Amino acid sequence: MLNPDLKLNTKVFDEKVEQVPIRQGFGEGLLAAGENNEQVVGLCADLTESTRMNLFSEKFPNRFIQLGVAEQNLASVASGLAAMGKIPFISSYAMFSPGRNWEQIRTTICYNNQPVKIAGSHAGISVGPDGGTHQAVEDIAITRVIPRMIVISPCDAIEAKKATLASVDTGTPVYIRLAREKTPVMTTKETPFEIGKAQIIWKPTSGGRAKAGIIATGALLYQSLKAAKELEEKGIEVEVMNLSTVKPLDEKIIALFAKRVGRIVTVEEHQIRGGMGSAVAECLAKNVPVPMEFIGVDDQFGQSGTPDELLAHYGMDTKSIIGAVNKLLKR
Amino acid sequence: MEITDEKLIELKEKANNIRISLIEALIGAGSGHTAGPLDMADIFTVLFFHALKHNPQKPDWPERDRLVLSNGHICPVLYSTMAHAGYFPVEELKTLRKFGSRLQGHPHREYLPMLETSSGPLGSGLSQAVGMALADKIDHGLTSSRRIYALLSDGEQECGQTWEAAMLGGKEKLYNLTAVIDRNNIQIDGYTEDIMPLESLSDKWRAWNWHVIEIDGHNIEEIADAFEAAKSLTSKPTIIIAHTIAGKGVPEFERDYRWHGNPPGKGPTDKVPADSQGEVALAELRTLGGKIRSEHQ
Repeated sequence: MLNPDLKLNTKVFDEKVEQVPIRQGFGEGLLAAGENNEQVVGLCADLTESTRMNLFSEKFPNRFIQLGVAEQNLASVASGLAAMGKIPFISSYAMFSPGRNWEQIRTTICYNNQPVKIAGSHAGISVGPDGGTHQAVEDIAITRVIPRMIVISPCDAIEAKKATLASVDTGTPVYIRLAREKTPVMTTKETPFEIGKAQIIWKPTSGGRAKAGIIATGALLYQSLKAAKELEEKGIEVEVMNLSTVKPLDEKIIALFAKRVGRIVTVEEHQIRGGMGSAVAECLAKNVPVPMEFIGVDDQFGQSGTPDELLAHYGMDTKSIIGAVNKLLKR
Repeated sequence: MEITDEKLIELKEKANNIRISLIEALIGAGSGHTAGPLDMADIFTVLFFHALKHNPQKPDWPERDRLVLSNGHICPVLYSTMAHAGYFPVEELKTLRKFGSRLQGHPHREYLPMLETSSGPLGSGLSQAVGMALADKIDHGLTSSRRIYALLSDGEQECGQTWEAAMLGGKEKLYNLTAVIDRNNIQIDGYTEDIMPLESLSDKWRAWNWHVIEIDGHNIEEIADAFEAAKSLTSKPTIIIAHTIAGKGVPEFERDYRWHGNPPGKGPTDKVPADSQGEVALAELRTLGGKIRSEHQ
């Protein structure tokens, strides 16, 4: 059952569940951040509408900077703005920022300790038809490895808006991972959000002990919830965690979760190597070693297709998650 | 701001002392870059002792001008100038590149007051300076009295990011931004025109809507005049192409790219044996220092 304490969207399992692109939440969050704080500035590299930064740029043209297709400049110009007291948000596709401009992010933002917020849109393979060149499935790995960087992968547009607003005041660099496609809305305005805080969003309806746990980040939380529901219908009760902040990792809650459920499947639209699952494994190997399975892209590049085709092909759909839980139960 | 004769002598002597201190620091460090720091000493001197609005007693004074050193590897001249300007004791230069030192091999802004950026990886300094100038323009429009200075190497003109920043600076008409290129014609692998021809640099910058000034980078008055001229513009950023002599001040080291990345003691040995390179450099600079006043009079 959905955790009632979190005031989640009770219509999440309806066929006509509301669907909104996660990037929309970023656009609305940035607009609100701009209204709250006049030091907030927006910078974009020729993808203003795509990344929904247009909501901000239309309202605050004087605080918006269009840099053209120049992602390295995007990162370092933002660092310069931050050095003068601004709170810059930069947006592009995740493949280009933090992909193409990784060293500038590492040195001019993080090593410099400037509080630049990096919004990487169109992350994951669900970008679909654009194909493998545009499917960023390495971005969590390359951002979480940098000291001082906070890494957030919101599960839906509402959480993305909250993450965007919360990132204004961290005083640190933040990476916010966004997706292009419409994503079912799982949370509500009332659902609590705090950077660095993991949430248990699904618990055994019977009140009994779960046989396994699923930890998901980003939009695949939806497939994870569906897997949990289907498993429960077959008599296998699990818990599901929304781990939207990949760094800093909520180690205490993850360790307690592992102790409680004993087996864990991690789910992310990202390479298995170096992603959220790896972060969880690093934590658990040290604190509570438990058997794990990893749902994600297995050391391959993506290709063109519909999001559903691609999720099935690369083993990240509901069926694959159920398969991973069943595999764990046999271990 | 006119430079009197007395001030000119002072600045020349200051530049010479900065060169001596940086050579001493490099000898102590046993690694680091020599040619660039020597050839930028005159420009650093004019900045810190004439052009720059700053206060060594209040390094974080909000109204200060901002100085961004993009090619962080020439930091021996930055550190030496800062020490002579009173940011920290000249003694501390001995710690250059040592464990626990504030004087990192490439500058880290959190280690030392007044550093605006950390730098080393080439090509990103101008972008950061553009960001600072943009912030200043957002806050003060066309009435800012603060200037943003960026110091670049000529090798950095090979970095694509430099041109990304140049385009944005021109587009945004960053009148409050002055950049300087150390045109010493060398880089670590050889002479710039052999590694990657850069000319015509001035045409390239003009094409991106920058005001271009070419100067002799060792002529104190020309340097000061160029900084002053840049302040009078309201519609363009300024780039000062400073023609310098790599290794300036030590004739045995001058114009030789092999001095780009080596300290005295580890440089090319065809002119001076390794074990006397430090001694020779200091002797040349002390002799030069002794002549400044008499030659001027």
